[in-house]
Amino acid sequence: MSAIKLTVNGKAVSAEIEDRTLLVHLLRDHLNLTGTHVGCDTSQCGACVVHIDGRAVKSCTVLAGQAAGSSVTTIEGIAKGDELHPMQAAFRDNHGLQCGFCTPGMIMSAIDIVHRHGGKLDEETVRHELEGNICRCTGYHNIVKSVLDAAGRMKMSRAAE
Amino acid sequence: MGVEGIGARVVRKEDRRFTTGRGRYVDDIKILGMTYAHFIRTPHAHAKVKSIDSSAAMQMPGVVAVLTGKQIVDDKVGNLICVWAITSKDGTPMKMGAWPAMAPETVRFVGQAVAVVIGETKNQARDAAEAVVVDYEELPVVADVKAAIAPGAPQLHPEAPGNIIYDWHIGDQAAADGAFKSAANIVSMDVINNRLVPNAMEPRAAVADYDTAEDHYTLYTTSQNPHVARLVLSAFYNIAPEHKLRVIAPDVGGGFGSKIYIYPEEMVSLWASKKVGRPVKWTGDRSEAFLTDAHGRDHLTHADMAFDKDNRIIGLRVKTHANLGAYMSLFSSSVPTYLYATLLPGQYNIPAIYAEVIAVYTNTTPVDAYRGAGRPEASYLLERMMETAARQLKVDPAELRRKNFITQFPHQTPVIMAYDIGDFGASLDSAMKAIDYAGFPTRKAKAKSEGKLRGIGVSCYIEACGIAPSKAVGSLGAGVGLWESAEVRVNPVGTIEILTGSHSHGQGHETTFCQLVAERLGVPISQVQIVHGDADKVQFGMGTYGSRSAAVGLTAILKAMEKVETKAKKIAAHQLEASESDIVIENGEFKATGTDKSIALPMVALAAYTAHNLPDGMEPGLKEGAFYDPTNFTFPAGTYICELEVDPSTGKTSFVNFVAADDFGRLINPMIVEGQVHGGLAQGIGQALLEHAVFDANGQPVTASFMDYAMPRADDLPSFKLSHTTTLCPGNPLGVKGCGEAGAIGSSAAVINAITDAIGNNKLEMPATPDRVWHAIHG
Repeated sequence: MSAIKLTVNGKAVSAEIEDRTLLVHLLRDHLNLTGTHVGCDTSQCGACVVHIDGRAVKSCTVLAGQAAGSSVTTIEGIAKGDELHPMQAAFRDNHGLQCGFCTPGMIMSAIDIVHRHGGKLDEETVRHELEGNICRCTGYHNIVKSVLDAAGRMKMSRAAE
Repeated sequence: MGVEGIGARVVRKEDRRFTTGRGRYVDDIKILGMTYAHFIRTPHAHAKVKSIDSSAAMQMPGVVAVLTGKQIVDDKVGNLICVWAITSKDGTPMKMGAWPAMAPETVRFVGQAVAVVIGETKNQARDAAEAVVVDYEELPVVADVKAAIAPGAPQLHPEAPGNIIYDWHIGDQAAADGAFKSAANIVSMDVINNRLVPNAMEPRAAVADYDTAEDHYTLYTTSQNPHVARLVLSAFYNIAPEHKLRVIAPDVGGGFGSKIYIYPEEMVSLWASKKVGRPVKWTGDRSEAFLTDAHGRDHLTHADMAFDKDNRIIGLRVKTHANLGAYMSLFSSSVPTYLYATLLPGQYNIPAIYAEVIAVYTNTTPVDAYRGAGRPEASYLLERMMETAARQLKVDPAELRRKNFITQFPHQTPVIMAYDIGDFGASLDSAMKAIDYAGFPTRKAKAKSEGKLRGIGVSCYIEACGIAPSKAVGSLGAGVGLWESAEVRVNPVGTIEILTGSHSHGQGHETTFCQLVAERLGVPISQVQIVHGDADKVQFGMGTYGSRSAAVGLTAILKAMEKVETKAKKIAAHQLEASESDIVIENGEFKATGTDKSIALPMVALAAYTAHNLPDGMEPGLKEGAFYDPTNFTFPAGTYICELEVDPSTGKTSFVNFVAADDFGRLINPMIVEGQVHGGLAQGIGQALLEHAVFDANGQPVTASFMDYAMPRADDLPSFKLSHTTTLCPGNPLGVKGCGEAGAIGSSAAVINAITDAIGNNKLEMPATPDRVWHAIHG
C-alpha cells in the first residue's frame, strides 16, 4: 500500500492504494468519479481517457502511482458549473452519442485533438486521430461532426477569454 | 408539429448526464458491504470437470467463498432455457441439452464458468481464483458446423444426436421444385454469413443484493429487458418469486441484442448473494464479453433462384446450416427460423419459396440475436443472389430489382409475412439519385485510368420489426407475448411521468417518448419524465429489441395518453361548464370551442387530485395505463448503395460514397433516427470489411480481445448520405415502423456487392479484408 497525492479536477486529493492500482480504478473506486469508464482490457477502446497535465491519456494504462503529483482532469471536471464545455455541448447538439458509455473518453480525446491542432481540423484528421477510441453506437458520423463543430466553438471561446 | 413535438429534431434530454460523466451504469453502483465475484472459466472447449480444489484459495486474504457448479445444481437453481420452441420437419420438438449456470460435470465452450470466487475486493477475488485448482479431462472438440454433423463427430449433448438441434423447413417444396423445372435461368451460390461479437462498449455487469430480513432480492443488471429477466429468473430459475425480486436496468451502455438474455452471471450473483449474506458485484471484462456474450450470425447457406425468360423470379430454394454454439440461448432458436426464413422474399414478388434450416451444436460460444437477428442473414443472402443474378443474366442490378419489386400492398408472401405497405421503387430512386448511379460508368473508367478498381453495390432490404401479435408468435412457438405496457401519470401540479416497459440503452427514449406528450398536450418536454428499467416502478414490460420501442412501446403510451385525455376533458368540461365534446386541447390548454373559456392542464390536474369539484361519480386522480398488442409486424425497407475503390496492389478498400434511403414510416425525431441508421451501417459495414469471430479447430477463440477482433474505428468508415421516403405504417396509430436495425441489415450486401463488382469476380466472403480481396483479385 502507498499513499499518493495528486490534483483531480482542481482539487488536491490523497489516497491509500495498492501499488498495482491503475489510475482508472483510483478515479472510479476510490474517488467515486465514475464518468471515466472501463471498456476493454487492452487499452484499445479509449473509454477511460482523462487528461494528465493537459494531455489525453488512457487511464487504464497508467498506474495511479505514476500520476502522483500531477494534475488529472476527468469528464466531471471540464464543465464550468452548469455551463457545458464547448466539446460537451457540441456532442449534445450534433447527436454525437447514443448509449453514452464511450462518450466521456471520446470527449476527453477530442478536446486534446482540438488543442493540438487548433482550429485547423478537417474530417480526415479527426477520423485519424480518433483511432484510439471505439464507439459502437454512432457510426462515428456525428462524433466527427461534433469534434469539427467544437473546434470552432473552442476557438471562439478562447477568443472571448 | 410543435418545436418539441413529433417530427422535431429535439436535442436529447439524457445527454446532459452522459456528456458530464453523470450516467449511472451498473458498475458505478456501490452498496455497503459489497463483495466481488470473479468467475473461474474453462480454458478447454470440451472437457469433463473431474474435481475442483479450492482449499488453497480459501486461505488467501479476503476470500469470502468459492462456490461451484455442483453447489448451484444442488441448490436447485434452474438450468438456462430457450423460450421459442421449434419443431423439426419430422414433427419432433427441438432437441435441447441442459445448460447449468455453472458447469457441474461437463464444459462445452471456452469461457464457460465452473466456479466463482467471492472476495472482499475485486483483486482479492481475482488473485484467489488463480489458486483454485480445476482438474479437467479433455474431450474431443468440434467447432465447425459441417464437421459437427458429419458421422463420427464428437457429441455435445446426449439429447441431440448428431449435434442436430432441429431440422426445420418452411414454404412449399413442391411449388418451388416446380418453378425450377420451368425456369429459363437458374442462379446458384453458396454464401457464408460470418460470426460476429456484439461488443456493446459497456461490458455486462450485475450487482445482486439479498435482504435477509425481507427475504427479498435486488438485481442491478445490464439488461435490455429487466421485466423479462425477472420473469425468467422467477419462473424458470427458482431464484425468487416475482414479488421478492426487483430487477433494475439503469443506464445501459449499448446492447445490440447481447443484453436481451439472462446469463449465468446474473443468476450466480443472486444465488451467491444469499449464500454469503452480502451484496455481490460482478463486472465482466472485455475478454469475458468475447467468450460469453451471445454471438451473432454464423450461417452457411446454399441457395438457388429461378427466373423466367423475362427475368422475373419464379422460385427460391435455400438450405442453411446455422451454428448455435454449445448451448441454446434464450431466443436462439427463433433467429435462424422465424426471424430469418420469413424474410427471404425481401422486396420481391417470389411466388414459390422453400427453405430448410438445420441448427447445430458446436463447441463454441452460444449464438443468439444480434442487431437485426436473422434479417441481416436473409437480406445478405438475397441481395448477394440478386447481384449475382444480374451479372449472370447480364442486366442492370438496379433494374433487375425494380422489375421484381412488390408493388401491390398488402402483400402475402409464401413464407408467413403479410407486408402491409411500402414503396420500394421510391427508395431505390432516391438512393440512385443520391449516388448518381447513371454517372457511375464514367467514374469507373476514370478510376481505372488511375489504376484503381471502382465498384458499385446495391442492396434493397426489408425487415420485420415490432415482432407481433402475441397470438401469432405464440402459435409459432414463442414462449412470451410481445405486447408493451405504459402508464401515464399526470401529477397534481401538471408535470407528467410516463412509465414504460420499453428499455433505453442508447436509443433516446427519454426524449422521443416525451415528444409524443409534447405533441398531444403542448407541454414542454422538460415537464415530462420517462420512468423505465425498474421492475418495482413499472409493472411489466417486454423491453427493447427488434426495433419495437416506437411501434409497440410508444403506441402503448399513446393508448394510455388517450385515456388520460378523455378523463381530463371530462374534468375540463365540468370546470368550464361546457359540453365534453366541445373540449379541445391546444398548447397545454383545454378550450371550450366557440367560447373564450379555457383551463390550463395544471388546473385540470389539480382539480383531479383535490377532487373538490369533479363530475358526479368520477374517481379522483389522473393516471391511466394501457397494454398494447400490435396487429402485425411493421416493415421498414430501403435501398443502400455503396461506391468504393479497391487498390489492386494491396486489396485495400476505400469508400467513395455510401447512401442510405430508408422508409421508416413517421419519424418521431429525425436526428435520433439518423443516428440509429449511422450506427447500424457501421455494424453492417464492420461485418463486411473487418469483424469476424474466429475459433480454431480446438474450439479456442482466436479473436477474444480488441487486439484481435477488428472493430470499426472512425478511420474505417465513411460519412453517410441519408434520405427518407415515407409510407405510413397502417398497423399502428402513429404510422411508425422502426429504425434501429436497418443499417445493419442492408449495408453488408451493398459493400460486398460493390467489392465484387470492382474486382470482377464473386470469390469473396465477409469480412473482405485486404488480404482476402487481394487473393480474390490475384487468384
